[in-house]
Amino acid sequence: MDKDDLADTPGNRISREQVAHIARLARLDLSDEELDIYTDQLCAVLDHAAQVSSIDTSSVSAASNPLSAANVVREDRPAACIDRDEVLSMAPEAEDGMFKVPRIMEDEP
Amino acid sequence: MRASAGDVSAQVRQGRVSATSITERYLEAIESFDGKLHAFLTVMAGYAVEQATRIDKLVEMGKDPGPLAGVPVAIKDNLCTRGILTTCASRILENWRPPYSATVVKKLERAGAVIVGKTNMDEFAMGSSTENSAFGVTRNPYDADRVPGGSSGGSAAAVASGLSVVALGSDTGGSIRQPAALCGVVGMKPTYGMVSRYGLVAFASSLDQIGPFGTTVEDVALIFSVIAGHDPRDSTSLKVRRDVDTGSLVLAPAGVAASGQEGTADAPDGPMLDEDAYIWPAGHSLLDGAIEGLRIGVLEEITSDAAPDVRRRVEEAAAALVSLGATVEEVSIPELHYALGAYYLIAPAEASSNLARYDGIRYGLRVDAEDVTSMMSRTRSGGFGSEVKRRIMLGTYALSAGYYDAYYGQAQRVRAVLVDAFAAVYRDYDVLIGATTPATAFGVGEKTGDPLAMYLSDVCTIPSNLAGHPAISVPFGAGDDGLPVGVQVLAPALGEPVMFRVAAAIESAARSLPPPPVCFADGMGVQSDMGDGHA
Repeated sequence: MDKDDLADTPGNRISREQVAHIARLARLDLSDEELDIYTDQLCAVLDHAAQVSSIDTSSVSAASNPLSAANVVREDRPAACIDRDEVLSMAPEAEDGMFKVPRIMEDEP
Repeated sequence: MRASAGDVSAQVRQGRVSATSITERYLEAIESFDGKLHAFLTVMAGYAVEQATRIDKLVEMGKDPGPLAGVPVAIKDNLCTRGILTTCASRILENWRPPYSATVVKKLERAGAVIVGKTNMDEFAMGSSTENSAFGVTRNPYDADRVPGGSSGGSAAAVASGLSVVALGSDTGGSIRQPAALCGVVGMKPTYGMVSRYGLVAFASSLDQIGPFGTTVEDVALIFSVIAGHDPRDSTSLKVRRDVDTGSLVLAPAGVAASGQEGTADAPDGPMLDEDAYIWPAGHSLLDGAIEGLRIGVLEEITSDAAPDVRRRVEEAAAALVSLGATVEEVSIPELHYALGAYYLIAPAEASSNLARYDGIRYGLRVDAEDVTSMMSRTRSGGFGSEVKRRIMLGTYALSAGYYDAYYGQAQRVRAVLVDAFAAVYRDYDVLIGATTPATAFGVGEKTGDPLAMYLSDVCTIPSNLAGHPAISVPFGAGDDGLPVGVQVLAPALGEPVMFRVAAAIESAARSLPPPPVCFADGMGVQSDMGDGHA
């Protein structure tokens, strides 16, 4: 294990700044109070979860589906799907058969 | 006596009782009792009566409405019901009416069931007490100051209190079995892939599985037989066949279509589980077969740390199985000490990815803002509750650059180690038994301030989710506090038949618990004592 890998060792205390960074990545606006609470709680849970690093897993590869790792394909055949207007009727905002969102780009002068 | 699904459907199919009258009785019972429990988020009164009327017409015409004819069913509110609110107990989906129904909902209706309502749950199924619902806590029917367990607490409470004959829940880390144990009913998690998840709002996709609640093992087996089977709309659903000679379930060879192509050289003959066929014509045959000669292990890691009164019930269940001729021994899988840690990395990681879709654009809540990024952040902060945010944060961290391999990658490798360890034990044992929960129902508010303490209440149920195995909780008397205790039966993948058989044997050996103080026991109109102890 070289020096860089040490940063990956679970069990290091997660900082308030890291928690704020994670919140930004997850698109969550957290208050100062929430940041304090989540920092403590995430540390407690991660401390417990870090136990997974103490088991030797060199003989196995990661399992995501424990029963069947086979890929599933189907024929590309056209079939009926859910009606567009029915789907759009549940959207917060829609226009001309499309989802409508707030501005994405700055206005050009 | 609370009514059983088998009794209700038999009476309705024979035309002795109408589905409409049964449905109306249950709707009235929900109206009178659910104020005390809050098991339901949405009661589907008009819809239920329409369905019941349709079933009564079939009976009048001499047609068979199916094995669940007229049976009232409650559905966890993370299962899609077309045009009917499906909230996941979250503000972010408070007004969402899905444009399609889950496969399990369609299957129940095709079998003649009447869906009476959508049940309360921990928001997005994240929790063990139903206290994380955005719409208020559900009470345990045995003691209103205790939780019903979770996350499928509404479904468990509805069945325990007789407000529904059976119910569906989802189980990612114990969310069916734990509330079943705490409410004194039977709850089962099928083999991963056995039941289609099309229309189940995703939480942790490598762990989630839909399963039934009932007051008896027979009812749970009946519902399981109706909802199991391959579904092309769920790529993780298995193609499974029942071997007619042995009664066991076997995976169909890859490439064999769900219907047709029967009887290839490798495939044993027997009914295929597919969209339109039930594996078993009735639940009964699942419970047949002897206990004598079975090799049963009492799993130390899910039993020895349980409270003494819970442990005693497991020992009594083991003794009953010995008296029926099974060999029962203690068995240990030391690797299971790592299961909870692995689970609380894998489940939040997958949740953080699955819940990225709630961005205020296509459906659900939108909190407006100047630009699209602020709109998403405000929508998610306003729409998600604190436990959901905590899991999203945990998962985002576990998946973030520099930590992915140490956390998520390592957790998935630990999972592979657990699968191997289980496989080694199942070479010597047919099933394993143990506690479903470390203790009886805890108090409302007791663990809400300490997430880790809450997570520890899932320690007995999580191993089966990580391994993808089936497991069932069977009520087995009461603890020292008079509250229900559950005994769990674990089986290897596709081991449902032997699991049900052992569960039925444990059930018949159990001291039966009196029905809860809040209970509707008059579903069939046989008795008139509504709500013992609650005048």
